[in-house]
Parts: sequence; structure tokens; C-alpha cells
Amino acid sequence: MKQVLEFEKPIVNLKEKINELKNISKDSEIDLTEEINTLEKRLASLEDDIYSNLKPWDRVQVARHQMRPTSLDYIKYLFTDFVEFHGDRYYGDDEAIVAGVAFYHGQPITVIGHQRGKKTKENIRRNFGMPHPEGYRKAIRHMKQAEKFNRPIITFIDTKGAEPGKAAEERGQSEAIAYNLKEMAGLTVPIVCIVIGEGGSGGALALGVGNHVHMLENSTYSVISPEGAASILWKDASLSKKAAESMRITSYDLKEFDIIDEIIPEPKGGAHRDVEQQAKNMDKVLKQSIDTLSKLSAEQLLENRWEKFKNIGVINGA
Amino acid sequence: MLKRIFTRNKNNTTIPDEKAKQDVPAGLMTKCSNCSQIYYRKEVEKNLHVCPNCDFHHQQSAWERINSLFDEGTFEEWDKHLKSENPLHFPEYMEKLEQDRKKTGLNEAVVTGKGLIGGQPTAFSVMDAGFRMGSMGSVVGEKIARAIENARELSIPFIIFTASGGARMQEGVLSLMQMAKTSVAIERFSDAGGLMISVMTHPTTGGVTASFASLGDYNFAEPGALIGFAGRRVIEQTTREKLPSDFQTAEFLFKHGQLDQIVHRHEMKELLTTLLKIHNHNQSNTMSSSESELISIKGGQSV
Repeated sequence: MKQVLEFEKPIVNLKEKINELKNISKDSEIDLTEEINTLEKRLASLEDDIYSNLKPWDRVQVARHQMRPTSLDYIKYLFTDFVEFHGDRYYGDDEAIVAGVAFYHGQPITVIGHQRGKKTKENIRRNFGMPHPEGYRKAIRHMKQAEKFNRPIITFIDTKGAEPGKAAEERGQSEAIAYNLKEMAGLTVPIVCIVIGEGGSGGALALGVGNHVHMLENSTYSVISPEGAASILWKDASLSKKAAESMRITSYDLKEFDIIDEIIPEPKGGAHRDVEQQAKNMDKVLKQSIDTLSKLSAEQLLENRWEKFKNIGVINGA
Repeated sequence: MLKRIFTRNKNNTTIPDEKAKQDVPAGLMTKCSNCSQIYYRKEVEKNLHVCPNCDFHHQQSAWERINSLFDEGTFEEWDKHLKSENPLHFPEYMEKLEQDRKKTGLNEAVVTGKGLIGGQPTAFSVMDAGFRMGSMGSVVGEKIARAIENARELSIPFIIFTASGGARMQEGVLSLMQMAKTSVAIERFSDAGGLMISVMTHPTTGGVTASFASLGDYNFAEPGALIGFAGRRVIEQTTREKLPSDFQTAEFLFKHGQLDQIVHRHEMKELLTTLLKIHNHNQSNTMSSSESELISIKGGQSV
């Protein structure tokens, strides 16, 4: 079943009308070419208009699109010889995070990413991409291994947030996230992070302390989901559209705040329309990041990460 | 019929007249929110806001905490001038900040500085839950990161007392990033051999728990403190799980191996002093006075 997003409805309606005319024209002998051409022109300009003026809430919908490419999709297009590793060595294997090694343009790298499912069954297995502590611990285990073998680290961020549950709290969710933030800060290999879907709260940040942080154009990065923000700020989760606007969560907002380095453009309508093209767009930015960072010494990489995060914030009197 | 007995009838309620109200000066008495005992406010303050009856640890303000821990007159505040902006242009945010400045006498939800605890120098940060629920925005993150950097440069330990509702919503993703900023600062400090002690007080939740509060070389908490990442209500609503009554308390965390100790407020200064002493002893490379003291003690004991 094809998922139609709210802001796309005018486009879908127009497309339906064009198809209708085409069918009539085929079935009867009436020539409607001129009318069809006019409508197709209108469709093109409508698409341009809608897709180049996406509102924050529209982007949230694109970022959450059922068919939006996941970490494993991009791994397939960007890397070769991917080998996945499992388990945190303490408790279990969290399938909400995938981790492994691969080649990137002939260079060995470690790749780690949040992993959603596209269908219900997989989503349940992967807990909708919301990690438990085991996920963060698996991630940092592999990052430390990357440091040991001097491999750059690439992370894909795509989660609604940390799992809100009893088990996660019992097993030290806070400590697991905090530990990742601290340990990532001290790794002596390049770290490049790309937000590919939703970057939700601490669960996202736990893979996010990189030298370079990029975002796909329609991805979001925020302290809390728009629904959560609405329920805290106005005690009404239905105001999520308003919250999406006021919380400033789009790639353009984060670029303005100097939190991210690059906005990676998406194909018209979103990454799910053309995964291959999306991967190409990512490859361009990623390659440049890896090349630039690979020239830095261990000390320079640490200093670079400190400088990046030290300067984030808006302060009076600093 | 029966219902009427339990319904409050406004007409019959006895309201004390103005004169009677004036007999007891406002703020003289205070009631423990846990056991409902009534005490003289002064008595409770003297007891460091620990209820003399049920031992409940009520919140202390940042300065009450500083005064109860630091040797008199030794605390020197840092970065007091830093103030929050309104980067997301949130309606009423600036007004709320101003209200809390008036209410608490603080510029922001954290006080940082250095001083002596039991004669030992240390850098210090203490959050104040009375200011925007102790939430962390750009300024809170910045002040804490600076305090850690100062500790690194001065080669002194860093102690933090947390009390926070988590990241500050009104500063959005900038608040989230303060978790990273403070954690990177801690990594630098830790890498330089710095000692960090974290004491979680009621309440410590959200992004603060998932960053510096959990990153001490020693992590402590006060009895009964609420400590957790996701809120209890959020968990109940999303997962429909039944949560134990002690869920996300200091005792719950201790039981699950996440704390070094739960420390009574009356014993806090002594514990910190001891730990700073143990740490400072190892830090001094030369024959310091503390080492010669130890030798003399050892000599005395060996006889």
C-alpha cells in the first residue's frame, strides 16, 4: 500500500485527473492531448512548488515515511563487504542498532546505525528503532574496536528516541547514553555522523558525537518529539504540528544554529523516491568528510571535536 | 445523602479572621510534605532540610548546599554573569526566566565555582531545582563545561550536585547538545587524570541523568531522590507496564548496581572530604605534608 502524505494530496489528486483524461482519450476517440499537456505542466510546477516549500511538519512526515531508507539500505549502496556484528557482551543483542565493518572506497571503516523496520514484524523485532542500553553498549564496543584498528567511524542516526521502558531503566539507560557521549569524545579516529531520518533526543545523540555531523535535507533532530513537546509545553499532544514549527528541528534550523556541518539534498519528494540517488548525494559529502578528517592527527581530531561541541549554544555575556 | 457529609460546604467553613492570621508570622512554620509533621522553619533549615521526623531529604537551594559543604568563606563563584537568550523565540520564555531570577536570586539554574571542602580544594557545580526546574539550556551547559575546564587547568577535582528536570524545552535541540558539550569536557578532564564526583539529588531526570550526572568516577545519590531518564508517566502510557513503587528512586538504582552509595545529607561533607584526601594523597608526587603525616601515623601504629 502506498502511503500518501497530507501535503502531497494535491499532487496525487492532479495525477489521478491526468490519468482519467488519458483513459478517456484512449477509450473514446476524443483528442485531449492539449488538455493533458496543460495539466502535466501544472503538475510539474505544483510539484516544484510543494516540494521546495516543505513546512517543518511536512518534513517530519517525510522523515517518518514508512518507506524511508534505513541504515541497512544506505550500507548496501555506500559500502562493500559489510560484515555485521552482534551483541554487547553484557546482556544481549539490540536489533534497534546495527554495527559492523566494511570497505568505503577501498578503505576499511566501522559503520553503526539505528535500524527501524519497514514492516510491522521487523519493526517489533527492532523495537521501532528505539534502542535499549544494550544497543548503545554494542555501539561503543565497536567504536572502540574501530579505534584499536585505526578505522574511521560512520554512524547513521535514525530513531524516535531511547526506549521508554522499565527494562531500559533497570539496565542503566542513562549511564549507557552518557558513557557513549563521553567515550565518543575521546576516540582518536575520525567520526562522521549522518542523521538520515528522525534524530530523537538522547537516543540519537548517543551515536552523534562526531567530528562532522550532517543531516539529510528532510531529516529532523530534536530534544524531544513534536508530540512530546506539545504535551509538555501545552498539555496537548495534538498540537504537534505547532510544536514541530516552534522547536526548530529541521536540517535548515540546525545549520543555522551551527550544530551541523552540511545539509545533504534529497530527491524531489524525499529519499524514498530514489534511494540510489540519495546514496550518491550522501557519498559526495561523506567522502569529503573522511578525506578531510583522515589528514588530522589523533590530537587534532580530539581538539576538533571539542571545538565543535564547545561552541554550541546561544548565550548572553559569553 | 451520605455524600453531603463529605462535601465541603463553603458557607460553613470557618475562615480565620485577619487578626488571627497575623498572630503567626508568615513562614515561621513549615510542614513536611512526606510525613505532614509541622516544624519551625529554622529548625528544618538547621537540619539541612532533612525532616527531623521521617528523615525525608527536602530540596536545598544551590547556596544552602554550598554553605553546608564548603569551609566558611572559601567559595568563589564563576561565570555568574552568563544569562540565557531566547534562540527559539519562545513566547513568555524571557518573562519566566526573569520571574525565576527574582524568586531564587540566581541568574541561571546552576552555580559554579571553587572552594575548600574540609581544607581540600575542589571545583564545584550545583544545580538549583527552583530555577526553571533545574532544566539545562545553553547557559547551564556552558557553565558546567567551563567549570570542568577550569578544574582541568587548575588540576583540582570536580564535584557536581545535580537536580534537574532534564533538557530545557524552550531551547530545543540546543539544550540536547549541552549533553554532548559537558560530556566532551568530562572526557578531556578525565583524560588528564581529573577526579569527578557526581551526587544526584531530588530530582535528577532526562538529559542531565544521561550525561554528566552519570559520568562521575564515583556516583552517589541522596536517599529517596527521583533519578531516571524517561518519565514514569511516559513509560506507563507508552508501554502500559506496571511499575514498582520504588521505580527510579535512588534505592532502585542502587539495587540495580548504578550507584556507588546512597549518602545521607548529614554525612555528605565528611565523605567528600575523605575522598578528596585519598585522591589528593595520590596526586602529590613530591613528599607533601600529607605524606609525612601518614608516615608518622604509620610509625606510631607499628610500635
